[in-house]
Amino acid sequence: MGLRNTEETGVLGWFDQRFPLMKVWNEHLAQYYAPKNFNFWYFFGSLAMMVLVIQIVTGIFLTMNYKPDAELAFASVEYIMRDVEWGWLIRYMHSTGASAFFVVIYLHMFRGLMYGSYRKPRELIWIFGMVIYVALMAEAFMGYLLPWGQMSYWGAQVIISLFGAIPYVGEEIALWIRGDFVIADATLNRFFAFHVIAVPLVLAMLVFLHIIALHAVGSNNPDGIEIKDGPKGNRWSDTAPADGIPFHPYYSVKDIVGVVVFLMIFSVIMFFVPEMGGWFLEKDNFVPADPLKTPEHIVPLWYFTAFYAILRAVPDKFLGVMAMFGAIIVLFLLPWLDRSPVKSIKYKGMISKVTLAIFVVTFVALSWLGTQPATPTATMFARIFSVLYFAFFLLMPFYSKMDKTKPVPERLPEH
Amino acid sequence: MKKMMKKISTLLFVILPTFAFAAGGGAHLDSAPVDLSDKESLKSGAKLFMDYCLSCHSAKFMRYKRMADDLGMEDSEVLENLVYTGAKIHDTMEIAMPESDAAAWFGTTPPDLSVTSRSRGADWLYTYLRGFYVDVSRPMGVNNIVFQDVGMPHVLADLQGKQYLQEEKLVVDGSGSMTPDEYDKAVGDLVNFLVYVGEPIRAYRESLGWYVLIFLLILLVVSYRLKKEYWKDIH
Repeated sequence: MGLRNTEETGVLGWFDQRFPLMKVWNEHLAQYYAPKNFNFWYFFGSLAMMVLVIQIVTGIFLTMNYKPDAELAFASVEYIMRDVEWGWLIRYMHSTGASAFFVVIYLHMFRGLMYGSYRKPRELIWIFGMVIYVALMAEAFMGYLLPWGQMSYWGAQVIISLFGAIPYVGEEIALWIRGDFVIADATLNRFFAFHVIAVPLVLAMLVFLHIIALHAVGSNNPDGIEIKDGPKGNRWSDTAPADGIPFHPYYSVKDIVGVVVFLMIFSVIMFFVPEMGGWFLEKDNFVPADPLKTPEHIVPLWYFTAFYAILRAVPDKFLGVMAMFGAIIVLFLLPWLDRSPVKSIKYKGMISKVTLAIFVVTFVALSWLGTQPATPTATMFARIFSVLYFAFFLLMPFYSKMDKTKPVPERLPEH
Repeated sequence: MKKMMKKISTLLFVILPTFAFAAGGGAHLDSAPVDLSDKESLKSGAKLFMDYCLSCHSAKFMRYKRMADDLGMEDSEVLENLVYTGAKIHDTMEIAMPESDAAAWFGTTPPDLSVTSRSRGADWLYTYLRGFYVDVSRPMGVNNIVFQDVGMPHVLADLQGKQYLQEEKLVVDGSGSMTPDEYDKAVGDLVNFLVYVGEPIRAYRESLGWYVLIFLLILLVVSYRLKKEYWKDIH
């Protein structure tokens, strides 16, 4: 046990007498014992944090030249792209980062789904994570209005008009959100305020809570085995779980590899296909917002389209809105819907594996359908997949309980 | 199961980006010969743009100076040969025509062309500029195969000549100053220039990308070996 919790001498000592520097470092990094069997899926938590930092830093630089004014916004983005030194790079980092954030978060959530990371005692970590996800959706939605292109404008118009479907008070609420009868300068100004300060602050706080909660109960792993319940004592500590290894340096050096691979994919997109064929930067958004000209085809960005497809699948507008919000709310309930005696998909039976596979197909299919015009065939498929989406969650208490599971070993198989 | 999960994840990575948005419209688009490294083509496109487009369409985010530098032209050369509006070299490409007049003459204000290549796409522009045909029922006497009932006259008609739509095929009458091949080349140059104007940094962005990737590749080797070295104790 060579690791001390306080330094006595030197610069570090000076700080340590006044602030629990080494204690925090040890608790969260050098003596945070994580299961030794993390796989590919465990890169996405740290990647999400890195993308958050990228978004905040590039966002700060963008605000230095961006003008939150309906008359000037579109031109100021082009000014950043052309006349600001390295402005194009900052802007593409931010626009690519927005989509990358959702890619990483979706993979991170899928990891939780596979390995039962939301199960007791990690329900609160999941809840915090879900709130982060919702805040991120708000952040992305409001950020997308700022370039003030046609899709910014009409996308916001459609989504905010959804509030109008609420009985009695709907129109008043929509008016209150917009600050005008249509999306206008007032909307742009308030969305800017929320996008650059309010939501990022909330996000930073939530990420802090998410990690504090995680470090209190310890990380799950691909086997869903509680290493804290197993034998104690490893090379670094007599009291730490035998199957745990210090996060730093083992997972910090491993995460660096993940970060570099991520940055390579990120760079390929940013330098060679920043529009990603219309998926990251929509074509219509290169046309300045025009309140008098509705585009033929209004599509939200890809990370919202699954929920958009559910909205359109329901014939009644108000019920559609309810279904759309329900699709997100149901995710919050996941810790209590899963009644399986085991956490990880590795030890779950065929039913759980098949339903999870169907769910993945469902989510991808809904995301795709949300980008397509609502033809009768597309609507029919959207309805089928919407039912499958809800069935996955609402039937989970039954199928997860009756599913045949495999026995879970006492310790990690790789110990 | 593990294999299946891996397959699903690879599928997600591979499939998501490859869906391209439907082009809308429906008419078949010809592929535009875009080559941003071809400076001669860009210069010829710039000349056509100044001669034929810039009287009605602005490119108000594009500076003459930027174009001069990127295309390897002297400032004086640009001012003498390409600037008709009395603009200074650091000005952006504005037009003199008041918006209200434009709306009265064409029914709508001719759109700014700074980022049209990004909203419409190069192929659409290439097909559009080669797709005007005589239609006496229209106010300007022409229609377009990719832009039904277009408000814009066929400003390049003296180059292309009159084009007719006969049994869904476009036929020119040979009254233009260019042969069909020359005209395609000229429009190709113009579209190439518009793609450049849409994102002047693009050529540099792509070349810089390779250096960034090489750097990251080296970093990958180093970080992977560092990880291996540390993890020796664990396995």
